[in-house]
Amino acid sequence: MEIIAQRPKSLTDLQFTYCPGCTHGISHRLIAEAIDELEMRNQMMGVAPVGCSVFAYKFFNCDMAEAAHGRAPAVATGMKRARPDMHVFTYQGDGDLAAIGTAEIIHAANRGENITVFFVNNAIYGMTGGQMAPTTLPGMKTSTSPYGRDEKDIGYPIQACELINSLRAPYFIERVSLLSPQDILKAKKVVKKALQFNKEEKGFTFVEFVSTCPTNWGLAPLDAMKWAKENMLPYFPLGNFRDKSMEGGE
Amino acid sequence: MAEKVLMKGNEAVAEAAIRAGCRFYFAYPITPQSELIEYMSKMMPKVNGTFVQAESEIAAINMVYGASGCGKRVMTSSSSPGISLKMEGISYLAGANLPAVIVNVQRGGPGLGDIQPAQGDYFQATKGGGHGDYRLIVLAPSTVQEFADMADLAFELGDKYRNPVMILSDGLLGQMMEPVEFKPYKTEEELKQLDEQHFDWCMHPNEDEPNHHHHEINSLEIDPLVLEQHVIKLGKKYDEITKNEQRYEEYNISDDNEVVVVSFGTAARIAKSAIDELQEKGTSVGMIRPITVWPYPYDAIKNVLHEKVKKIVVCELNLGQMIEDVRLAVNGKMPVEFLGKVGGILFTPDEIKAKILDK
Repeated sequence: MEIIAQRPKSLTDLQFTYCPGCTHGISHRLIAEAIDELEMRNQMMGVAPVGCSVFAYKFFNCDMAEAAHGRAPAVATGMKRARPDMHVFTYQGDGDLAAIGTAEIIHAANRGENITVFFVNNAIYGMTGGQMAPTTLPGMKTSTSPYGRDEKDIGYPIQACELINSLRAPYFIERVSLLSPQDILKAKKVVKKALQFNKEEKGFTFVEFVSTCPTNWGLAPLDAMKWAKENMLPYFPLGNFRDKSMEGGE
Repeated sequence: MAEKVLMKGNEAVAEAAIRAGCRFYFAYPITPQSELIEYMSKMMPKVNGTFVQAESEIAAINMVYGASGCGKRVMTSSSSPGISLKMEGISYLAGANLPAVIVNVQRGGPGLGDIQPAQGDYFQATKGGGHGDYRLIVLAPSTVQEFADMADLAFELGDKYRNPVMILSDGLLGQMMEPVEFKPYKTEEELKQLDEQHFDWCMHPNEDEPNHHHHEINSLEIDPLVLEQHVIKLGKKYDEITKNEQRYEEYNISDDNEVVVVSFGTAARIAKSAIDELQEKGTSVGMIRPITVWPYPYDAIKNVLHEKVKKIVVCELNLGQMIEDVRLAVNGKMPVEFLGKVGGILFTPDEIKAKILDK
């Protein structure tokens, strides 16, 4: 009998703690499948963030460290430097990466650390109950921007790929979405490409997932995906920002 | 006998750390500890070690967390304002049972303060600083030689108890040159043993087994009943350290002592001069110098409280911090007086003598 679908080895058998319709489960699975397919699991170490995916250290079936809020890229730097024979990824949300951990992500990227950063952007703080994120859209209502994000008062959403693309060292930067089956299949290819470069020690690789938060957006999962397509993608355009493997004489 | 070398404390502790098997060092420059980071930047590449100048003290201590989670001997250093920034990471290290060595070359505070020697971080080092129920093992050197020796001791204690260890030095010990004798470098075989000593818990390459061995480095326990057990276990470890690791020096302690001084680090050096001068003139004064300021050597102080001792004098380069521990030890049995200096100013032996002789 041929097995055509099964739980990736790189996920433990624990049940996810995510809300129904949340896209964290999808991005976890894509990463785990790619780790399996690239046979990286026994040399893989991940760093979990603070936020909804704080328990990622229980879900990924490889060595895992739980970092303080925003510090995952610094922790990953220490890990990769300490065990250069292993591979390291971080998994971070928008508050973790683009607010409290801005210094850590910029400098890890700027050093060209040999790590992969997976960035989940759903424009809101999920775990603490729907507060404004650094990626919350202009006018978007959250529990700490009850009148809508006023860009004159608090600035515009941070575009992480564009910011990292201003640095010279990063090897690969791409923004994908998890908003339709087609998008998910495309995202899988990008995740695998980033981890392949990681395995080959090419340098710093960064993948942003445009994601949803049905619970805190107050929308049904499908409506949340529709809303994200209409509202997030114009501000966070999908596509590759950097792929040094495509440049001559890398 | 090994050759003695004239060296600054900052450089001596760095050299001693490398000899103790430290191959990972992450830090951010700050006066008066910058010779330490500079020495590491020069020497680490020569021993196949890793040196990273981090973007901040926060990033540096988190790099330490990552490398320690991989079971490596790892060190960071800073001075008072930078140590405050590391406190978040220190709490996480303690919560995750991770060994690491943190050197604080103290300067005057609070805030940006100044860049002269001070002992104002005693409370921060020994009573918390970061959040939650945790303890650091805190070693307080008094000479450049002792500063260097403590690098080895700090790594040994850290590995033994899986706990972060702080060397609580100051700007004087960091900047001053004294002759130092070093232990030999660890051999390749010893380094290999150090590298593998934590394989039962640290992150390292795994075998491909059906029941994959998953190592977690973590301080989060969301279930209160689980966290309760975790913290109780930490408490038992701290009890064990308290029982086993109190270190102190007795200086001129005898049955003739009329006054006993309690002082640590740089302050204790100056107190020794005062005690010697008084002894020559026929006044017997002893001193207890805590070497571990956590665990604090309470019993060492209790043991010198005999009838002839009229009072205890505590000398510190702060407004009175360790004196609270001395009072706990003395427990009201005799007067405890205080002599302090702040702002990076040192006291003279004469000032200490006057305080001792003051009726």
